[in-house]
Amino acid sequence: MAYTKSVPRIWRERIRKYRLLGGVCNDCGKVFYPSRRFCPRCGSGNVNKVTLPRTGKILYFTVIRNAPTEFKSFEPYILALIELDNGARILAQLTDIDLEEVYEGMPVEAVFRKYKEQGRDGVIEYGIKFRPRE
Amino acid sequence: MEKVFIVGIGATKVREHWNLSLRDLMVKSAIKAINNAGINKQDIKAIYIGNMSSGYLQGQEHLGALLATWLGIAGVSACKVEAACGSGGAAFHQAFLAVASGLYDCVMALGVEKMTDAITSDVTSALIMADDQEYVAFTGASFVALNALIYRAYIKEYGVKQEDIALFAVHDHKYAVNNPYAQYRREIKIEDVMNSPLIADPIHLLECAPIGDGSAAIILCNERFLEKKVSDQEGVIEVLSSVLATDIISLHDRDTYITLNATRVASSKAYKMARIEPKDVNVVEVHDAFTILGVISLEDLGFAERGSGWEIVREGEIEIGGKIPTNTMGGLKARGHPVGATGIYQIFDIVTQLRGEAGKNQVDNAEIGLAQNVGGVGGTVIINILKRVR
Repeated sequence: MAYTKSVPRIWRERIRKYRLLGGVCNDCGKVFYPSRRFCPRCGSGNVNKVTLPRTGKILYFTVIRNAPTEFKSFEPYILALIELDNGARILAQLTDIDLEEVYEGMPVEAVFRKYKEQGRDGVIEYGIKFRPRE
Repeated sequence: MEKVFIVGIGATKVREHWNLSLRDLMVKSAIKAINNAGINKQDIKAIYIGNMSSGYLQGQEHLGALLATWLGIAGVSACKVEAACGSGGAAFHQAFLAVASGLYDCVMALGVEKMTDAITSDVTSALIMADDQEYVAFTGASFVALNALIYRAYIKEYGVKQEDIALFAVHDHKYAVNNPYAQYRREIKIEDVMNSPLIADPIHLLECAPIGDGSAAIILCNERFLEKKVSDQEGVIEVLSSVLATDIISLHDRDTYITLNATRVASSKAYKMARIEPKDVNVVEVHDAFTILGVISLEDLGFAERGSGWEIVREGEIEIGGKIPTNTMGGLKARGHPVGATGIYQIFDIVTQLRGEAGKNQVDNAEIGLAQNVGGVGGTVIINILKRVR
């Protein structure tokens, strides 16, 4: 098994993951997730941290029917590429939704949910999922 | 810069090799390539091993020293090169650089992957390591799922029917029938593809390259070595260009999903370096890990207009006898895709064509061939252009 089971490893990412901390490039204008030192598009270091909006819409989605081992027990589940209201894009699971309900363009909102467990005795890893927005 | 030639190729069949280990596969293809070149193993000054997941799937790293030991040439320069599914192409690129630079006169590029000891979900876990572990794999994404998003984006942009894209799998299987190294030597119909189970909607099982074991090896050398040490001067292939380009690793950070920018960057540089144009290519290997990738790659390589890659498949232009014969030995879908070895199998297949050794699948007078090897969802692309010179 890969060594992804570590408490410090998830602790390090807590702010970017739980608060949806993204970045905005002051040179090319790209808004991205997560935050980082350089803009992924133009390479500029002139970037600011920004808390991303928690609402957006589904650009594309897929239903995962053959999952990686850690996610095997959740099959089938929906994975979506989501565009947030300020243009930032994020990959996340959908929740509180039936497979038949999802469609491209669907309005969604962020919720704090469990993603996986680090084995029987390990910690639970949380993150942002998205659910349909009224 | 030294001219670089290919003088030997060797490969195992791609299949579930229950009786062969990771090291057995490497040794087997290495010996075949050495014998094919007609050289001594001591002539090899360096080995570059393309492999993605030996650590995760076999609990084995340090492949350079392992192969050197089991090949009985400890002392040789040897190490692993990793670029996900592009590892083989990347290893070949390093081998090219080593000879082109003038440092070594003869080297080996070898690819290997041993996948079938693992259960499928562990292979799925291994493959998603090609993307960002913290922000992509963390979400439960599978590698198929990421390609499914590309598929959806393409269908939405161009309004194409899925059957027209899925046809790529049918194409590959047709040519694998005559390839003794291929994993699936039987034809399939478009109905079989569309009726096979969904893996990640809309991608069906038979649109995905299979899991398999395999190893392939290539011997590269400079002109002096070629004239002094190689007895058979027939069927000598020159590497006209070898280019590797990267792109933003994850889809959500990119501005477009319907083109692999790294293919465009690497191929335009490779055409320029080889002083040729797409129309000069006689045979091509594209990295169709999924049908949609085959279609998009034909566009990114300049063989079809944007949004019309599927049309040249449907119209028979990628058949032998067509405008641009593609994946003439079965491609990733049917020859097989032992991930880190694939880039070397592609070179093996192109060399087989350029030497005129492709049997029933021979492309008449094939002189120039191109191989496109992709790592991840296009985070790395390697383009190698080869030409028969003797």
